[in-house]
Amino acid sequence: MSLHVKDLSVARGGRPVLQGVSFDCAPGDALILRGPNGIGKTTLLRTLAGLQPGLSGEVDFPEESGAYASHADGIKAQLSVTENLTFWAEVHGGVLDDTVLEDFDLVDLRDRLAGTLSAGQKRRLGLARLGVIGRKVLFLDEPTVSLDGFSVKMFADWLRDKHLGQGGIAVIATHIDLGLEAPVLDLTPYKAAQDAAGGSDEAFL
Amino acid sequence: MIALLKRDLALAVRAGGGFGLGLAFFLIVIVLVPFGVGPQAELLTRIAPGILWVAALLAALLSLDRIFALDHEDGSLPLLATSPLPLEAVALVKGVAHWITTGLPLTLAAPALGFLLNLQPSAYGFLLITLLVGTPALSMIGTFGAALTVGLRRGGLLLSLLVLPLYIPTLIFGAEAVRRGADGFSATNALVLQGGITLGVFAFLPFATAAALRVNLR
Repeated sequence: MSLHVKDLSVARGGRPVLQGVSFDCAPGDALILRGPNGIGKTTLLRTLAGLQPGLSGEVDFPEESGAYASHADGIKAQLSVTENLTFWAEVHGGVLDDTVLEDFDLVDLRDRLAGTLSAGQKRRLGLARLGVIGRKVLFLDEPTVSLDGFSVKMFADWLRDKHLGQGGIAVIATHIDLGLEAPVLDLTPYKAAQDAAGGSDEAFL
Repeated sequence: MIALLKRDLALAVRAGGGFGLGLAFFLIVIVLVPFGVGPQAELLTRIAPGILWVAALLAALLSLDRIFALDHEDGSLPLLATSPLPLEAVALVKGVAHWITTGLPLTLAAPALGFLLNLQPSAYGFLLITLLVGTPALSMIGTFGAALTVGLRRGGLLLSLLVLPLYIPTLIFGAEAVRRGADGFSATNALVLQGGITLGVFAFLPFATAAALRVNLR
């Protein structure tokens, strides 16, 4: 169980944004992605998760072990907290374990409709999804948006103890310090030259 | 797959899920037709099979744009795409869930509404059967159209334009089978062709739907 990325180039809207990204993650490793807005953090994470094809390069990790989480949580407002989590657990062939609710401080909210939760509580519910799907390689895009300091620490603790500590891998795009001892990859040097070949269809116009 | 079906059905019947919307639309259209046509029982009898089928088709159209739009808005779609469930299965489940919440109620309500249009007594059985065979195709074709237009602002209108022409064969054979059956002719040919369309649609469109979703997720 490890993640290898070699010479990866990614494009957004047909325009190359990053090229030559390479890194390796061993079990238990986390990697923090940094870089200014628009550098391509989200695009890189979506490409790694397999939601869009890369222009070139290799991404290698065991099949059916990756999970993606972004600003949008996939939370249904009309379902309760436990119903939301049970759904994602069942889709991934598991069951909802109450310890996840404790890890993300959702025990008191378990029967509330997700639509009645505050933004931070919804975010915690969205992150709790990561705890029920049993995936080993997590691609997290700004996981701590709208979380308070206490919840950020709670999430960081879960990530360190329950995920990385169990041999999981996480690639995280974030601007705040999660308190994880993880290497930081600054994406600025990988910015693609605007006329880089491969993504432009000007030749066809 | 079962989990997704259960969730979609639960969402449909909860507040704001839109369950019953198509059914109410169907009811209103059928009630309006006699007012528009006038109190000529014979004329109503003649047009009843066609009106019932067209109304059912439009009612099914009403809720199509919700199939993927809601999952797209709240970000469920990329999460489903990275789950162990193949997108083809997601497409199939979405089509089936749409049929259970829209096509099935329409089918069951149609005989009661046939009464309002003075439908021939001999036609009720055929109406029920053709709707039962035909409405799943409407849902699956609609799911394909919804996948093509997911993420588009105001995609609902474009969706209707894309989907309605694809509904034509099902409509022709459906209404024809009811007419022929009501007049005492053999409706087998029309029914078999309609069934063939439904089976073909369920065999191929989940793949096309998944392909369309993959493109739209990029």
